[in-house]
Amino acid sequence: MSFINLLWVLLLGSLLGLELIGKVPPTLHTPLMSGANAISGITMLAALTCIVKAEGNVPLLIIGSVSLGFALFNVVGGFFVTDRMLAMFSRKPSNKK
Amino acid sequence: MTLPEIIKFVIDLLAVLLLALGIKGLSKVKSARDANRLAAFAMSLSVVGLLSYYLGTSGITIQSWIWIIIGSIIGSLFGAILAKKVPMTSMPETVALFNGCGGMSSLLVALGVAIFPISSWSLINQVSISVSIFVGAITFTGSIVAMAKLQGWLSTPGWAQSKVRHFVNIVFAVASLIAFFNLINGNTSSIWLLVIVSSLLGIGVTLPIGGADMPVVISLLNSYSGIAAAAAGFVVDSQLLIVAGAMVGAAGLILTQVMCKGMNRSLVSVLFGGSLSAQSTASSGSGEYTNITSCSVEECALTLEAANKVIIVPGYGLAVAQAQHTLREVTKKLEQNGIEVVYAIHPVAGRMPGHMNVLLAEADVPYEQLKEMDVVNPDFPATDVVLVLGANDVVNPQAKNDSSSPLYGMPVLDVQEARTVFVIKRGMSAGYSGIKNDLFDLPNTSMVFGDAKKVLNDLIGELKDLGVGEK
Repeated sequence: MSFINLLWVLLLGSLLGLELIGKVPPTLHTPLMSGANAISGITMLAALTCIVKAEGNVPLLIIGSVSLGFALFNVVGGFFVTDRMLAMFSRKPSNKK
Repeated sequence: MTLPEIIKFVIDLLAVLLLALGIKGLSKVKSARDANRLAAFAMSLSVVGLLSYYLGTSGITIQSWIWIIIGSIIGSLFGAILAKKVPMTSMPETVALFNGCGGMSSLLVALGVAIFPISSWSLINQVSISVSIFVGAITFTGSIVAMAKLQGWLSTPGWAQSKVRHFVNIVFAVASLIAFFNLINGNTSSIWLLVIVSSLLGIGVTLPIGGADMPVVISLLNSYSGIAAAAAGFVVDSQLLIVAGAMVGAAGLILTQVMCKGMNRSLVSVLFGGSLSAQSTASSGSGEYTNITSCSVEECALTLEAANKVIIVPGYGLAVAQAQHTLREVTKKLEQNGIEVVYAIHPVAGRMPGHMNVLLAEADVPYEQLKEMDVVNPDFPATDVVLVLGANDVVNPQAKNDSSSPLYGMPVLDVQEARTVFVIKRGMSAGYSGIKNDLFDLPNTSMVFGDAKKVLNDLIGELKDLGVGEK
């Protein structure tokens, strides 16, 4: 992939992000932030690449592994916490007579 | 294109599509939960795609597998445990912590690749590594400071409130730029300088920001971590990373803007204005309360019993006292007596927009009873009783009447329009902004002093004695 093509990808990705969130009810600001935050843990792919391409270089393996740990902490924790918050909204009808 | 390349290409494309649908769905109440799961699924799909690609091409050594498994297990385990255990009230801190770790991950990948190059060292590589380190470090230290401040582990030191902070931060910023360009010029030893000064810059920029503005900062840092991820995508040549990072970065920026609007603050004043209280004490510190009416829980109960329509205004004080469940019991009693109960939710009630909705939902408050500010404001004149629980700045009429007030222009709930207002509060201390609340001086306002939970418990007792909700 040439650098120019990657720049196109960056541009289009940014535009997509700007368009996706048009009107968000305030109720969902916190869950949305937390969900988007989980997605930013996608750097785990970079960490994985690092480990696979390390070719036995132990320091790089360790750095990659720690990085993977941090990223997965972000991803797994982020999605679980978002789900916990959203689960509370979906319980609503049980109390209405 | 070889077969593994085609497979990875298809999976990546699918993952991007699902992630986009996930973010989109997260902005609607009905679809939010499924959308979150969809995004989680897309993320796991992307991992499968990447691993299968390497298995089909270069192969993955046992040694690599071991390190992958160690990192994954430890990270996921801690993340899952924290996510399950953390109380709903500390949600903003938790998001900040997760976010910081995402930034740390980008920082580490860039560092690793910089020290041990995995492909040929090109200019583009150097630029993307430098950006990744710079943004990653700021995201990490900034998020950790934000978390520590929200937890109350850290207060704003004196120098961070004075003008000195601008000078200090400019020095850090210039030093980062120098390290940045040195690094791009091939001087790899400045990498550590870049790590250190950008970390310091993250601390220096976040430290002066006041508690009320912290959610905006967390949202902004969230956007940064997306940018850091996109930069890491350039480092390892991954389009998926770039798209996902850019989406989060852009979406985070929009969310930050929405939050700023809700608080009537511009992003610039949040970032460089320092904490509101520091500047405003001089202008409105002279305000003394002259006409405070305090009343007992019993009087409050009597007034509530006679009411037809009650509006509850919950604030962070309610959350701190963990009183949302007790509040729900009070409102249940009132409802059983045929009294109409509505909750008025200010866009920034709690510590983060939407935080209060989460807390009330936790206490089983029906979703239909939560009304947004614009919907509920016209209802106040026809309301008998308003209960303000641990909210302060969001019900300050100064924001409408006093153009010299720092709060002027902030959208507020017009509680003073109601017949009677009860403010349940621990003492006369000011809110986040540190500004006097004119509401407390009004003749139709009565203060009920005490911890929110205790007052509500007493209120349940009093209502019981009056026979409310016993039918």
